Parts: sequence; C-alpha cells; structure tokens
Amino acid sequence: MCGITGLWFRDAQRGADRATLDRMIAAISHRGPDGTGVHLEPGVALGHARLSIIDLGGGAQPIHNGDETVWITYNGEVFNYVELRQELLARGHRFYTQSDTEVIVHAYVEYGDDFVNHLNGQFSFGLWDRRRRRLLLVRDRTGILPLYYAEAGGAVVFGSEVKSLLASGLVRASLDPVGFDELMTFWAPVAPRTVFEGVSQVPPGEMLVLDATGVNRRRYWHWEFPDAADLRRDSAATLESELRQILGDATQIRLRADVPVGAYLSGGLDSSSLVALLKERVPQQLRTFSIGFDDAGLDESAHQREMVRHLQTNHEQVQCTLDDIAAAFPRTIRHSENPVLRTAPAPMQILSGLVRRSDVKVVLTGEGADEVLGGYDIFKESKVRQFWAQQPASSWRPALLKRLYPYLDLTTEQSTAYLREFFGVGLANPADPCFSHLPRWMTTAQCKLFWSDEFRARARADGDAADRLRQSLPANIGRWHPFNRAEYLEAKTLLPSYLLASQGDRMLMANSVEGRFPFLDHRLIEFAVRLHPRYKMRVLREKWLLKQTMRGALPASILNRHKQPYRAPDAAAFLRPGVPEYVKELTSESAIARSGYFDSSKVSRLITKLSRSKGASARDNMAFIGVLSTQIWHATFVAGQDVA
Amino acid sequence: MADALHDQIRNFILENYLFTSDTSALGVEDSLLGRGIVDSTGMLEIIFFIEEQLGVKVKDEEMIPENLDSVSRIAAFVSSKRRAA
Repeated sequence: MCGITGLWFRDAQRGADRATLDRMIAAISHRGPDGTGVHLEPGVALGHARLSIIDLGGGAQPIHNGDETVWITYNGEVFNYVELRQELLARGHRFYTQSDTEVIVHAYVEYGDDFVNHLNGQFSFGLWDRRRRRLLLVRDRTGILPLYYAEAGGAVVFGSEVKSLLASGLVRASLDPVGFDELMTFWAPVAPRTVFEGVSQVPPGEMLVLDATGVNRRRYWHWEFPDAADLRRDSAATLESELRQILGDATQIRLRADVPVGAYLSGGLDSSSLVALLKERVPQQLRTFSIGFDDAGLDESAHQREMVRHLQTNHEQVQCTLDDIAAAFPRTIRHSENPVLRTAPAPMQILSGLVRRSDVKVVLTGEGADEVLGGYDIFKESKVRQFWAQQPASSWRPALLKRLYPYLDLTTEQSTAYLREFFGVGLANPADPCFSHLPRWMTTAQCKLFWSDEFRARARADGDAADRLRQSLPANIGRWHPFNRAEYLEAKTLLPSYLLASQGDRMLMANSVEGRFPFLDHRLIEFAVRLHPRYKMRVLREKWLLKQTMRGALPASILNRHKQPYRAPDAAAFLRPGVPEYVKELTSESAIARSGYFDSSKVSRLITKLSRSKGASARDNMAFIGVLSTQIWHATFVAGQDVA
Repeated sequence: MADALHDQIRNFILENYLFTSDTSALGVEDSLLGRGIVDSTGMLEIIFFIEEQLGVKVKDEEMIPENLDSVSRIAAFVSSKRRAA
C-alpha cells in the first residue's frame, strides 16, 4: 500500500510547482516510507509515497505506458494482476516492470473506461490520459482504500488522506456541520461527504472523471441486492461448495506479495476461518497477531489461544491497557482524521505497531464477513423487530430481544415494556428502508445533546441526517428482502467510512502495514447478495452458511461461540488519575468554548457524572469519546497543534 | 412535600441526563423514554437513584413505564411506596 496525491487544473496550461507536490507527499509519508515519486506536466501533477510490497526493485511510481501518454499514481493491490498481465501480453502489450501498477495502465489502454471492472483488488488511484487530457480518480468497490478531493482555486487537489490536501495550501480545515451531524448519527459521514468542509471522498465503487467538461462522478459497481423474489434457494451443499471455492481463491490471491504476510486472529469466527484457510495454503509457519484487554468482558485471549493451539501459528499478542489507549488516542485521531464515538480504533493502531515491529508488512483480516455473510447483532435485532411488527400487540415477540442483549439485564416480564419503548421505534412502518437501523441511529444521535446552540443551528440547516440518507437509497430498495436492506445500510454507512477507514486503513497505515480483506472480494459479495437470507441467518444463528462451510476446519467451541463484538475500554481510559495532560486541557470549559462545537456547561456536567459513577451508560460513553476526539481533531487540524 | 420530591427527581434527571440546571428543559409529565432522555440502561440508573437517594426499593414487577416514565410518575410511585411502608 502507498500514499497518492496530486493536482489537476481546469486551465490546461497551468501546472503545480514541485515544492507544493513534495509537501503533499511528505504529509502522507507514513503510508509509503520506502520511496517517493512525482510526475509533473501542464495540467496535472501526480505524487506518490511508496510502500514496497510487489516488485520491490522495479515498481517505483508514477508509472506510464509505452509511449508515456498514460500515467498513474496508485495505492493498492490488484490481486489478479498475474492473470491480467498474461491477457495483455497476449494482446501485444509490453511491460517495463513486474508490478501490478503497470498492468492497470495497460488495462486502461486496452479496455478503456471498462478497465476497472477487470480489476480484482483494493485500490485508489489517479490515472492521467494525456491524449484525452483527463484525469480519472478511481476508488475500489467497497472503499477499502481512501481517496479524498477538493475543488479550490481552479484546481482539484486529491490524496489518500486529507492531510495531503491541507498541505497543498489550497484547502483549509474546518468542521463540516452536516458531515459531523452524519457522524453523530451513523458513526461516520456518508460518502461523498466528509467532516472537513469543502472536502469530499470518492464513494466506493465510483470514479471521478476530470476533463474539459468539469468534474463528473461515475459509478462502475453496485453493492446492491436482487428483488426478494429472485433470491437463490439452492441446496445448502451447492452453496457451501461455491462459498468454499470463492473464499478459498479470494484468500489465495491475497497471498501474492514479495514480503512476509501475516494475519489478525481475534478468536472470532471470521478471523479463525480466515487463518484456517491460510493454514491450508501457506507451507511455512503462519504468523498471527491479536489484542488482549485487562477487562475480562472485552478480552478474547482464551479463544485466541485455542485457535493458536489448533492451527499451530506463530502468535504474538499485545496487551492493551487503559494507559495505552489514553496515550495512543491523539495519534489515532491524527491518522483517522475523524472524530470517533468509541476508542476501538486506538488498539487497532497499537496492534499494527506490533505487526510492523515484527517485520511483517501485510496482514489478512476477517473484516467484511459480518456485512457480506450476515453476522451482526443489528441484523438479528431487525429480524426480531420485523417479526414483532407483524403482531405489534404481542408481548413475547419483543421479549426475543432479551436474547440478543443479555447485558441489558432485562430479566423480568415487565421490562418488556422498556424494550417496547426503545426498540419499538419505527415499528408502525416496517417497510421503511431504514427500519433496521432506527434504534441505533436514535441512540447515537443522543450525543448531539451536547452540541452548542450555535453549532446545532448550523448542522440542522441541511435537514435530518436519516432523511437525507433515505433520499439517496436505490429506487428499488422496497422490493428487497428486509434483511438485505439492513445489510445494504451497513455496507453504505458503517463499513466504508468507519470500519475500513478509522478502524481499518488508517490504523494500519499509521504503522505502514497493509491490510487485505478476503471477505470483501467482489466475487464473494456478488455471490452473497443473491443468497436468500435463510443462508445467512437461520432463526437467530448468524453466518449460517459460513459456519456450515467451515465445519471440520474449526473447533466446535469457535463455531458455536456467542458472537462478541470488538470493543475497547472507552471513557474509563481517560477519567482517572494520571491520564495525559491533553485530556484535561482539551475538555476544559475554556477549550470547549473556544472550539465552539459543544456546550461547555453540559460537557462539564457529563465529566463530573462519569468521574463519580461506577459504570457509564452507552450514551454517556459515546458522548464523552465524541467530545474528546472532536477536540483533538480541532486542535490537530484546525489549530495546527501537536496533541500528545 | 410533594413539590420537594418533584424537584429532587427533576434535578437528578436534569443533571444526569440533560446535563443542565435549566428546569424548562424538562416538564414533569414529559415521557423519559418517548423523548429519548433515557434508554433501557439509563433506566437502571434511575432505579439506583430511587433506591439509594430516595430510600424506596423497586421490585422487578414495578419496573414499568407506568411507575417510572416521567417525573410525576416517579414521584407518585415513590410517595405511594413511602405511604405503604
């Protein structure tokens, strides 16, 4: 993986100066510490920071075609480049490197704008076609790799991270109230929006075409579902066989690298399945990595040890303490470039640090399995609520929710009344495409209670976040199965802009480690979207088909364990003696008032409450982490301070 | 007496769920769940408050919105329990 950046000018005669481009590359040097490269010509400037993974000696970028009319600055991996290269060689193309990057350039020359449909991988790149005088900014199908852009001063400036845009001097950091409203509803802004005012991201599965006609978005791939009546209901044996073949190949091609490859092993079904598949394919001892927590409620070490014993991997674990999280948090925000509502990204940054120190540059992870094969609690919750909506007066139907959330301590019949109040939101309209997510969004949105009146007025000027999202959904979503609608919302909101970004790419790249995600292979997604949901969730048993497929390869205790969402300690890491000074400084009434986003009096009361209570509610935890991370974000990007 | 109890309950909710001392932010009849002021975990904190600060034990079968979903309902519930004690 690497970092890319550059500029495109509406005036074809205009060009960037080298010093500007160098600054933009330097801002993302952590993404590519192995080298830099530039290409400058009238109308365009391409910059690159390289992390060498494939063709270590010959893959320096930007790379061009034979007559130097097509140039590319590229971040990512095209895993089927070996096969593509053979096809292109047979069609007369000649290559000057062994890299996957050069294959993309020739695929463009050969296939035109359809070239991107030939690529299987994770990528984000700028491709300059000198003859047609146009720049394509292309992002992979599911949003594994980031790509930001902004229009300013007759130019479009782009980059892997917003830092490179800010370094151009053409973009100034300020918090986008609407993007922040979305973050405090969905956990992250919905692409193309970001939390930086005036900065957009290329949505997953899209390319941006910049030419004489202007800046135009074009979608090349859809993560969408067929009508409910058209879903597959083949035999389980047939589907297991197909899943085994696709997932096996998705894993196999992600082993292509000229550097050591390892894997994350959380002890859950997804990473355990992945490591079992890797074990069949990697002759040498596999290296695996995990996080441990002191809090037994969050720690999965016992399951990790069981899998290590079972598969005999060479395993390393980093024990993540409250101190570690508090110390790592400012760097986490600097890299994620987003306020967050949980600390969960911080341990992921600490984990990628362990990987890097172990001289491993590439890790495979199980990310995406929950979205693609039906694993999340929210899908169960939605299923129960749909079931309940058919008989709204029933008292035992909502009681099924107690099975999903045992920690809510709702053990009495009477507490069903509270389930009814809380999870009953939207029950009168189960056909609403957002039905599945309304309780979660409502809970998250309670963090907005802490906004200052001035900021609230700005954020609300553009209407309600959920209404805005509802307007952007596919026109035929009403014909999809309700389970598929819930999956779609996850794929559209949480996955690309939070899980793969704040918790994924950014935390990996903070330590120059590349992540690879076999469960997000587009062939697997295209297989899974056609499955009837009964193959994903059987009654309330999640990822049914994956479990069937992995029988025999995993211990029964891993196959049958209750799904544990990845969580890290939240407010507790910051509200105790001896925490770093920045916590008090940035959450002081004066600092809160200066940045202007929050009501300093309310924040002060929240901190008092959290400091004296034994356990914090989910809302209070989220609100505190949201305030603290936003204050760090402001100090880092708006005020230009080095928070530590 | 009843007014003092109302005030005590309202101040607790204002302080701990709305993070303000502005009494206009919460009417005594406002639904705590309906307005999204507390969720089901937040309700547990209210029960702790009733038991620890107001000295009234809440039985499982009494944990229903009819008793706990507004300042006035909590006050009425606490008063009736105190009378029965």
